[in-house]
Amino acid sequence: MTNTFIHSLFGFVEKTFVITEFEIRKLRHDFTELITRALQPALWLLIFGQVFSRSGAMHTGNIPYLDFIAPGILAQSVLFVAIFYGINVIWERDLGIVQKFLASPTPRAALVVGKGFSAGVRTLSQAAVVYGLSLLLGVKVNWSPIALLNVLLIVILAATLFSTFSLVVACIVKTRERFMGVGQVLTMPLFFASNAIYPTAIMPGWLRTVSHLNPLTYVVDALRTCMLVGSASSFGLGYDYAVVLLCTTVLALIGARLYPQLAT
Amino acid sequence: MDKSEVVLEIKALTRRFGAHTAVDSLTLSVNAGEVFGLLGSNGAGKTTTIKMLTTLLPPSSGEARVAGFSITIQAVKVRGAIGYVPQSVSVDGSLTGYENLLIFAKLYDLPHREQQTRIREALEFMGLTADGGRLVSEYSGGMVRRLEIAQSTLHRPRVLFLDEPTVGLDPIARDAVWKHLVDLRTNYGTTLFFTTHYLEEAESQCDRIAIMHLGKVAALGTCKELEMSLGDARHTLNDVFVHYAGSALDSGGTFRDVSAERATALRLG
Repeated sequence: MTNTFIHSLFGFVEKTFVITEFEIRKLRHDFTELITRALQPALWLLIFGQVFSRSGAMHTGNIPYLDFIAPGILAQSVLFVAIFYGINVIWERDLGIVQKFLASPTPRAALVVGKGFSAGVRTLSQAAVVYGLSLLLGVKVNWSPIALLNVLLIVILAATLFSTFSLVVACIVKTRERFMGVGQVLTMPLFFASNAIYPTAIMPGWLRTVSHLNPLTYVVDALRTCMLVGSASSFGLGYDYAVVLLCTTVLALIGARLYPQLAT
Repeated sequence: MDKSEVVLEIKALTRRFGAHTAVDSLTLSVNAGEVFGLLGSNGAGKTTTIKMLTTLLPPSSGEARVAGFSITIQAVKVRGAIGYVPQSVSVDGSLTGYENLLIFAKLYDLPHREQQTRIREALEFMGLTADGGRLVSEYSGGMVRRLEIAQSTLHRPRVLFLDEPTVGLDPIARDAVWKHLVDLRTNYGTTLFFTTHYLEEAESQCDRIAIMHLGKVAALGTCKELEMSLGDARHTLNDVFVHYAGSALDSGGTFRDVSAERATALRLG
């Protein structure tokens, strides 16, 4: 019994990395995606960040506004890459790729989580750009290896979380047109009902409650804690990790159940 | 290879979509090493049948055993014993031919030491050795199909399911694909179960065929037997098809079926 469990767990982990490996190989053949994706956080930091930093409208306590939003923009870029990830799955379904993978003995959860991790890899170029610009703009970045490692881990986990969410949506709507519509509708509340570009303290009470149910809030909190010098976590880093991991696991389980429906 | 061994046993297999019965109590069996063709007009239930046999779609009722395993309660074992080439393009254009094979070698748990040898052999077998390092998006339609077959047979499946394997290919590419499929059977005893629209293909390649009409098997046997079933030897397979499947004008499949088929033809052609 235990042996079977360990064997399936090992198989799951191994196959997850096989799926991720081949997604990375695709990027190696065509890395233009990494470059175009890196532009988005740069524009947000340079245009939106600069303007709002000057306006002084946002009260972010003892840290400057630009410092405050640098981790928020990183979280936002991760969200934007990941939330449209499901469109790839619909594309692969319209070809016959999903069907062929599903007809193989690969565990369904490995197909789902493997895709999620690869979304994480795609966001690393954005992390690099946010760090580079933060350095130029004088953001007080915590360069300790532990902090950097934490940021790396959170970024990959967050991308896995939101891309798995996207995959679940894709499994339900099944067509590109419907998916684009739903994706747009989901992105707005996820982003603005979070602490990414303003503190939740300035929100009306009901919105603050919503923001506490939004996993992006915990991603941003964790990133802000690890990326900046002297930024205290609102919820505790352990709590942030727990929320993100729990949401990812639940979504991966739902995704693994729904994924086979793409072949029907 | 024991030719009398049954590798595919289908009993009263049925699939309903709402009020519509796509496959209606299908019963047939296929022997090891046989080349078996499933014919019928669009919407006759061929693809639904293949999807159930490859465990992609659960049956509404009935049962089938593939390579000795039940498709309903031993789905993972079935998946390990079969290969599947869907109608639409199923290799990844953004990877090389070699990489497309490598990922399946890993997913099917081929022993690490054997992976490279198997891939090399598979590329050679399908006449793709020189193109293994190229991106698949640069391949011709015939090469794509041959790579798909290589990918689906890397783990030496007992049964290979092919849904319209030659749709959208020109006659030369079609012949090349068939030459390789026949070689697979000769060398590894692979049972081939495929659907097709092309009657001449069924006639020249199949040991036996089944003609499906409105979800049911309307006729089953060797081409000769079916031609004789109309009364005398003057009848062609075309006459047989019209006799059992009726006019193709009254069905035609769903919008999605037709657009998927045209998209495949466009990509491969």
